[in-house]
Amino acid sequence: MSIGHTFLGLLESGPRHGYDLKKTFDDRFGHARPLHYGQVYATLSRLLKDGLVELDGVEPGEGPERKRYAVTSAGVSDVELWLASAEKPEPYLQNTLYTKVILALLTGRSAADLLDVQRAEHLRLMRELTRRKAGGDLADNLICDHALFHLDADLRWLELTAARLDDLRRQVRA
Amino acid sequence: MTGQPLLEADGLHKAFGPTKALDGASIAIRAGEIVAIMGPSGSGKSTLLHCLAGIVRPDSGHVRYQGAEISAMTDGERSALRRTQFGFVFQFGQLVPELTCLENIALPLRMEGVRRREAEARAAEWLDRLHLADVGRKRPGEVSGGQGQRVAVARALVTRPQAVFADEPTGALDSLNGERVMRLLTEAARETGAAVVLVTHEARVAGYSDREIVVRDGRTRDIAREMEEAL
Amino acid sequence: MSDRRGRASASRDVLLGMRFAFAGGRDGWTRTVLTAVGVGIGVALLLLAAAVPGALQARQERTSARSDLRLGEQIPAAADTMLVGQVDTSFRQTPVHGRLLHPEGPRAPIPPGLTAVPRPGEVVVSPALKDLLDSPDGPLFAPRLDGARVTGTIRQEGLSGPGELAFYRGVDALPADEVTRLRTFGDSPSSEGLGTVLTILVVIIIVVLLLPIAVFLAAAVRFGSESRDRRMAALRLIGADRRMTRLMAAGETTAGACLGLVVGGVLFLVGRQIAPMLSLWDISVYASDVRPSIPLVAVIAVAVPALSVAVSVLALRGVAIEPLGVTRRATPPRRRLWWRLILPGTGLALLVPLVGGLPETMGGVVQYQVAAGAVLLLIGAVTVLPWVIELVVRPLRGGPVGWQLAVRRLQLDSAMSARLVNGIAVAVAGAIALQMLFAAVQKESTVQTRQDPSRAQAQIRTHDPASAGPIAVRLRATPGVTRVTETLVGGVSAEPPAGAAGQDPAFALLQVGDCAALAEYADLGSCAGGDVFIARATPVDPGAQEAIRPGATVTVTVGDGGPRWTVPGDARQVPARRDPSGVYQDVILATPGAIDARAVPRSIANTFVSLDPGDPDAMERVRNVVAQLDPVGTVATLAASETVGRFDGIRRGLYVGVVVTLLLIGASMLVGTVEQLRDRRRMLAMLVAVGTRRSALSWSVFWQTFIPVMIGLALAVVFGLGLGVALLRMVSVPVSIDWATVAISAGIGAAVVLLVTALSLPTLWRLTRPEGLRVE
Ligand SMILES: Nc1ncnc2c1ncn2[C@@H]1O[C@H](COP(=O)(O)OP(=O)(O)OP(=O)(O)O)[C@@H](O)[C@H]1O
Ligand SMILES: [Mg+2]
Repeated sequence: MSIGHTFLGLLESGPRHGYDLKKTFDDRFGHARPLHYGQVYATLSRLLKDGLVELDGVEPGEGPERKRYAVTSAGVSDVELWLASAEKPEPYLQNTLYTKVILALLTGRSAADLLDVQRAEHLRLMRELTRRKAGGDLADNLICDHALFHLDADLRWLELTAARLDDLRRQVRA
Repeated sequence: MTGQPLLEADGLHKAFGPTKALDGASIAIRAGEIVAIMGPSGSGKSTLLHCLAGIVRPDSGHVRYQGAEISAMTDGERSALRRTQFGFVFQFGQLVPELTCLENIALPLRMEGVRRREAEARAAEWLDRLHLADVGRKRPGEVSGGQGQRVAVARALVTRPQAVFADEPTGALDSLNGERVMRLLTEAARETGAAVVLVTHEARVAGYSDREIVVRDGRTRDIAREMEEAL
Repeated sequence: MSDRRGRASASRDVLLGMRFAFAGGRDGWTRTVLTAVGVGIGVALLLLAAAVPGALQARQERTSARSDLRLGEQIPAAADTMLVGQVDTSFRQTPVHGRLLHPEGPRAPIPPGLTAVPRPGEVVVSPALKDLLDSPDGPLFAPRLDGARVTGTIRQEGLSGPGELAFYRGVDALPADEVTRLRTFGDSPSSEGLGTVLTILVVIIIVVLLLPIAVFLAAAVRFGSESRDRRMAALRLIGADRRMTRLMAAGETTAGACLGLVVGGVLFLVGRQIAPMLSLWDISVYASDVRPSIPLVAVIAVAVPALSVAVSVLALRGVAIEPLGVTRRATPPRRRLWWRLILPGTGLALLVPLVGGLPETMGGVVQYQVAAGAVLLLIGAVTVLPWVIELVVRPLRGGPVGWQLAVRRLQLDSAMSARLVNGIAVAVAGAIALQMLFAAVQKESTVQTRQDPSRAQAQIRTHDPASAGPIAVRLRATPGVTRVTETLVGGVSAEPPAGAAGQDPAFALLQVGDCAALAEYADLGSCAGGDVFIARATPVDPGAQEAIRPGATVTVTVGDGGPRWTVPGDARQVPARRDPSGVYQDVILATPGAIDARAVPRSIANTFVSLDPGDPDAMERVRNVVAQLDPVGTVATLAASETVGRFDGIRRGLYVGVVVTLLLIGASMLVGTVEQLRDRRRMLAMLVAVGTRRSALSWSVFWQTFIPVMIGLALAVVFGLGLGVALLRMVSVPVSIDWATVAISAGIGAAVVLLVTALSLPTLWRLTRPEGLRVE
């Protein structure tokens, strides 16, 4: 999963302090593993260097926690691209998918589109596995099935969540 | 993409009262390919399938089969098309309960005028092919759901159709039976060169397809192609 | 366990069932309404049938209350006596009850339905006769009232029915010898019961018409049962036990049946108001006569719901035992034959001992035996039918797609078709048996008439010889009358010849008239005034030939004693000829010059009249002439067969009954077929989706109706002929089979099939629109 993309997404709703970002990130995505401050500021400075964020203002006093960051238009397109591109299907992808879905929700993007794109990518691999199954022996079959069921589970979860979130947003908007 | 598609739909609209089931859907299916149609419930997948198969007439838009406009055909012509060129597998309840499984498979041939003996002989071949040899004399009420679906697959393919339309063919089956049905369906379709239009919401079932089309709010999208083009 | 809880839950289940009857959405309502209407029609017909005996009895009571027949010695005239002249006549084909009244004192009895005895020159008429007199046909009847003024109408209690033509006319004199003297009306001996054959006829008619109604009721209760069965099966699957499903089914059916009782009651009350407008076999009834007896009404009110509940609970057997039996249509077990043969076998066993011939008068036991035998035999057709259908259908295979679908469906579930066809089988079997009986009885009674309407169409007999001459004169001047021959009729008797002691005296008719008139009775050869002939009928009675011969002296009389007369020695003996009224016997024919008419005491005048066949009113004019000149004279129509008319009426009535029954059954078949189609709409839509031709589906509907109906008809013909033969042998009539009737009955059955198929096609087409695919 990409902390940088997540930060960019979070910043879309308005400039924030690094501390703010860490807290929001931990609340929403960090379940088991809260971010280190070091990690936060390293990421922010990389984004700053790449021109994806800019300093919105520095409050009086010392230390990195005094700086407020804002996302640049390049940063917005970077998030955009990330959300719109499929993750390479692999096991234990939930964390990334989860983050993407939440971000899509927070930034007002369609979770359904995300699903469609991801599904296309997943299906590409699933077709491959299905084909391999047809030609292979029992061991191949078992291995392929294991992978297939996991990919299927990812998609199902994504599907369910996307449907729920789209509904939710519709409710919120109404 | 070369040559003329086998089946092509363009700008289909279909409304049932206030509900717009199809709102500008388009799709092209080439001979022999297996296309999955996916999308959320109520998005118009079945309606699209029905339009493609000439079961339902769209309000506007074109459906062409081998270049011929299906929506311009009379009911009789469309029935004949379905009888001779298409095969169907639905989720359940498609076998005539009074007829034996063998007779059910032979039914499309008989409707074409094939003599009973020959029709049943050809049906029997399909029974073997789909590992159904021992259910031929039973009635649909006496066989399992998976067996019934395989009988339906045999019935859909017995006329060697150009296209098979399958609407949630595994919807009522468990994983194992679903796999078997899909495997037999796609293998047989590839052997006979039939195109398959497969409506499903299960990715594992869609895994048997060559590509997928997503239907959302009555409109179709070919995501894979969009992604390719975006690159 | 706790009885109270059991009862509470039972009533809850029944109530739940009743809720299903009304709360099942549009389908539920349709089903309940169908059942109610079906049961209603059945109930109305049952009530009507129950009212028939009462109606006939009410009619009978009124006619016997006004009866003025008196047997035995004439009573002397007194202040409380009335002379009544019976002047019954006919208008066209309708009989007219006519009476002349002459009170002999102030306390003379008043006929029922009248307020006062009409005075001379006044007449009281029935409402129907008043309508007739006021109609354009009035002048054709009016002369028979001899110019009397209509002063009132006869009330209900004086009439047999609202359509009866009747009048009471006051006169100032009546010949006491020719009429009846009464002290009260309604004092006559009661009429005898029906004869053996007629009793059987009535019993069988009731059976034949009521059984299909019962069958129809049973079918009506099952309207919509397929979906109900499915629902019950679903309830079973989720844990309802057998008892609960039965109770619910009972509740649901009871609701429909009770609604049906109400509908039936309403239909009956409406139909009753229409009753007076119809008249069948010259019988018309008052609405107030059509009143079923309370016990019968009670029986119907209890039996119909009970039957419904029994039928629907029995029908649930399959569901109750195996809930999956409905959802998964497995092959049903094969039907067994033996118990199905018990009923018809018992029926046959009851009838066979009677086949030798029935006793002259019907004892109660025999009557019940015949009825029970016939009922059991006819019901036997119902029990055997499903087995036969299965037997016939089982080996069928092959054929075109429509045929295959139909045959397979019948193989899987023939009970439903059998249920629908049962009614047809019973009705047709009964009709065939009855027709055979009628045809035979009719043939028997036709033989007896030997009248010759080609020679004369009317015979007038008057007891007043003085009126005979003027009548003939007036008739000759009447338009439409082509020929009139008139004789004075008496009789002669002679002692048997000596040596033949102990024998009856010889007797011959004596006819006095002109040569043309006498020629009706014998082949005269030449004839002139003053001639006398002795006409002999063959075979010749030697005693009479000896006693009554030219030159013999005979007594001119009817009884004993009377003036003596010597047959002229030159009287010619000629062969007798059957007269137009069919009489063929020894007769002495005398021209007026040979005997003084006044020497023939108590003679009657006999006149044969020929009419212009192109003038239908001629007969009415003849009746008018006679009524005016001799009110108590009789006019008889000569016809080759006289009693035929009544049986024609009954036959026609039976045909109407059978057609109505078959239509009723057709209606229930239609409901059944349409329902079955609706039930299978997904299947049908699927078949159309995969490209099945509609015509194949239509054919399957046709075959599915045709096959069972044809089997039912075949069975009906077998059972009908069997019952018919048994009945004929019973009344000792030679057995002859009326194939026309068989053909007609079968034809009507086939027409029902076509009608049902044709009417169910629109539903089929509607249901096979591809949208049906969505319907689960
Ligand atoms: N015959 C009909 N009458 C009324 N509405 C209809 C009819 N057929 C389809 N619809 C409506 O059109 C829309 C699309 O239906 P369709 O059956 O094509 O959906 P679907 O994608 O197949 O859904 P599912 O995955 O649940 O089968 C739905 O909103 C449905 O309610
Ligand atoms: Mg669907």
